[in-house]
Amino acid sequence: MPDPLPRPTLTWEGCLTGARLMMPALPGIVVYGLAFGAASVNRGLTFGQSLSMSAIVYAGASQMVSLEMWRDVWTPAAIVTVAIVTATVNARFILMGATIQPWMRGAPVAQNAFNLFFLVDASWLIASRYRAEGGRDIGVLLGSGMISWVLWIAATAPGYWAGSLVAEPRTYALDLVMPIFFASLATSLWRGVRASALPWGVAAVVALAVQALVPGYAFIVAGALAGAITGALAREPV
Amino acid sequence: MPYGAVAAIAAMALATYLCRIAGVLIMSRVRITRPVERALGALPGSIVAATIVPIALRSGAPAIVGIAAAIVTMRLVRNELAALLAGLGIAALARALGL
Repeated sequence: MPDPLPRPTLTWEGCLTGARLMMPALPGIVVYGLAFGAASVNRGLTFGQSLSMSAIVYAGASQMVSLEMWRDVWTPAAIVTVAIVTATVNARFILMGATIQPWMRGAPVAQNAFNLFFLVDASWLIASRYRAEGGRDIGVLLGSGMISWVLWIAATAPGYWAGSLVAEPRTYALDLVMPIFFASLATSLWRGVRASALPWGVAAVVALAVQALVPGYAFIVAGALAGAITGALAREPV
Repeated sequence: MPYGAVAAIAAMALATYLCRIAGVLIMSRVRITRPVERALGALPGSIVAATIVPIALRSGAPAIVGIAAAIVTMRLVRNELAALLAGLGIAALARALGL
């Protein structure tokens, strides 16, 4: 009989597995990092500010949005505003953390606190799929998040130097890297029409409705919560 | 205020980190009952659907055919890199054709 609460393992091998599973996402991360670096120099950030934002915020969409609000003179109110907008864009991390919490139960708090710093969309998705396939090693989450963090910072610097020299990425559809990569990974999360179609469909419809009605990024969290509630209410699979 | 940009970056980092740990903190106080388990089971796919469907529809036909190509490739060869390249290739082609 399996232990109801097995301690999660975190090994070096797991980290390496996570880094390897992350490989397909890395070109997209580099391109996105280059784009952020280039955009940040145009908005007046210093090199140190651009690099440190990538290092300690480490969340591309919110970094890009913050550039829209960047200014030369910062009031306390402007700082609070940029923090709130950042939290809104990154609220999806709250839901992602909720899905991996059962996995982290029993692990040391400091280890979880460290591990969660590196949580990003792609590492979460890779770790979720790995776990859905029976994996136990939480190093997969850490390894995939860390290699992406290193490359994110590494790509910010040349992007900053190149400034506006970065060629138009739309020609190569590079602006679509993340949705396309997400879709291909989500294919492995599919659990059949009965278990997946209804909650995913509700999530998509609610997200579209909220996107049409509410400005900003609230649609992600609203749609995802609607899908989760649908899943909770759905009849027990026989 | 002095060091305003530094303070802004620090505030952004704090807000982001709180989002990263909040889900784990909240769920550590929630008992994992069957409905909670089903909700968590449906959540990953729901997050993906709620993220990419609005983006795909906003980005138009190239995004939609690119995503479709990636999903088909993934189901056929079970390789993310192949699926990504197929999706990007088809999306770029669709744009070149003016879709």
